[in-house]
Amino acid sequence: MTLLASADAGTTCYSRLTNDWLCWQYVSDYRTEITDATVQHLQITLVSVVVALALSFPLALLARRYARLESPILGLATGLYTVPSIALLPLLVPFTGLSATTVVIGLALYALTVLVRAFLDGLRSVPEEVRESATGLGYGRGRLLLRVELPLAIPVVMAGLRVATVSTVALTTVGSLVAHGGLGNLIASGVTSDFRAELLTAAVLCVVIAVALDVVLVLVQRLLTPWTRTGAGA
Amino acid sequence: MTVLSDAWAFLTDPASWTGSGGMLQLLGQQLLITLVALLLALLVGLPVALWLGHLGRGGFLAVNVSNVGRAIPTFALLALLVAADPWDVTGGLFPGTAYAGPFGRAGVSTLVALALFALPPIITNAYTAVREVPADVRESATGLGMSGSQLFWRTELPLAMPLIATGVRLALVQIWATATIAALVAGPGLGRVITDGFYRTLYGQGIAGALVVALVALVLELLAALAQRLVAPAHLRA
Repeated sequence: MTLLASADAGTTCYSRLTNDWLCWQYVSDYRTEITDATVQHLQITLVSVVVALALSFPLALLARRYARLESPILGLATGLYTVPSIALLPLLVPFTGLSATTVVIGLALYALTVLVRAFLDGLRSVPEEVRESATGLGYGRGRLLLRVELPLAIPVVMAGLRVATVSTVALTTVGSLVAHGGLGNLIASGVTSDFRAELLTAAVLCVVIAVALDVVLVLVQRLLTPWTRTGAGA
Repeated sequence: MTVLSDAWAFLTDPASWTGSGGMLQLLGQQLLITLVALLLALLVGLPVALWLGHLGRGGFLAVNVSNVGRAIPTFALLALLVAADPWDVTGGLFPGTAYAGPFGRAGVSTLVALALFALPPIITNAYTAVREVPADVRESATGLGMSGSQLFWRTELPLAMPLIATGVRLALVQIWATATIAALVAGPGLGRVITDGFYRTLYGQGIAGALVVALVALVLELLAALAQRLVAPAHLRA
């Protein structure tokens, strides 16, 4: 309870009277709370995106293989986007309760809508000649997919993954509705208690996380597609 | 599945639609805020994007506005606007006082947050639309003696219209769905039905609210698609 002791009224920049937006005193005094929220934010975001990634690949393959399934899958994905996030989470609560699972399911569903389309577009972007030459070289279906089509689809898929990741970081804040919103929890408590330093710090951290993850994904893409940098093309 | 029958009961009870705080009133508020936010975003975003597209410059800006926009959580933006002191330069009107507009401070903040939220799809699509007018079309127009403004109004804009309209349509549906977030700062709109139901564990009511929001989103999407058919030149229709 050293926090309370050091925050005697009127002396810190985050006291009720001053209530500054920018306040390093707040950041250092509440370091553990901020770190916990950031870690939770990252965990929820990453798990959601990974789950969405794992589900969207087979779904995209299904949609590609069976033309009849394509429009229902894509239609469902687009329809889901019209359900507001603030409604989707409460809808899940009767089933999964006030838990991180609820937030992860909701966010994964939103990310899924972007990623299925990205996988489909990516696989479609592979030139037909390339596919034919690989088959001519004796590549079977599985090997063709993993060794030829998937690597060539990476640029399009990564573009989708970046959009999905950055949006998921932003959307995680809405998880504060079910008390698992990472930095969104700080924003929500900042609104209710008019705590400006908490509000601004959490908001800025959200943007920082989004930008950092985006940079990481760009680097990963560069590592995964060395051929795009030599200028020779694929 | 008592939740679903609760939702149905809530939807069919006339009392939940009428009166102060009824769903019809909230629906009206949210429609008003959505349309005004879209209008604001169009007024700010379209001229800039179209002009940059016409000049062929600032592509970096147009693309990055959209990326940065996606990274800023609307909830965070809304929270910051609600907590901010009104600026002196605006005569204390922005970002809202208790006296600003029919919905007060939360209303004005929601409006501004939603308008900013709508800028990325509008700007990116409008910029790309003008840029993607084929170079030879542009050259022939210049060859026919069209001036810069004639080129824009008679050639680039009509050809860019379908893609611009797609961006506006996307923005409209996104604003509508996101407007429910106002409820998190006690603002106007249907989000209240959802959060109220949720906080008071009346899950049926929450589901009913979500259904109404999704249905209206579909209706808006259909209306926008109709409007898009009207503005697109006949030969460019998909």
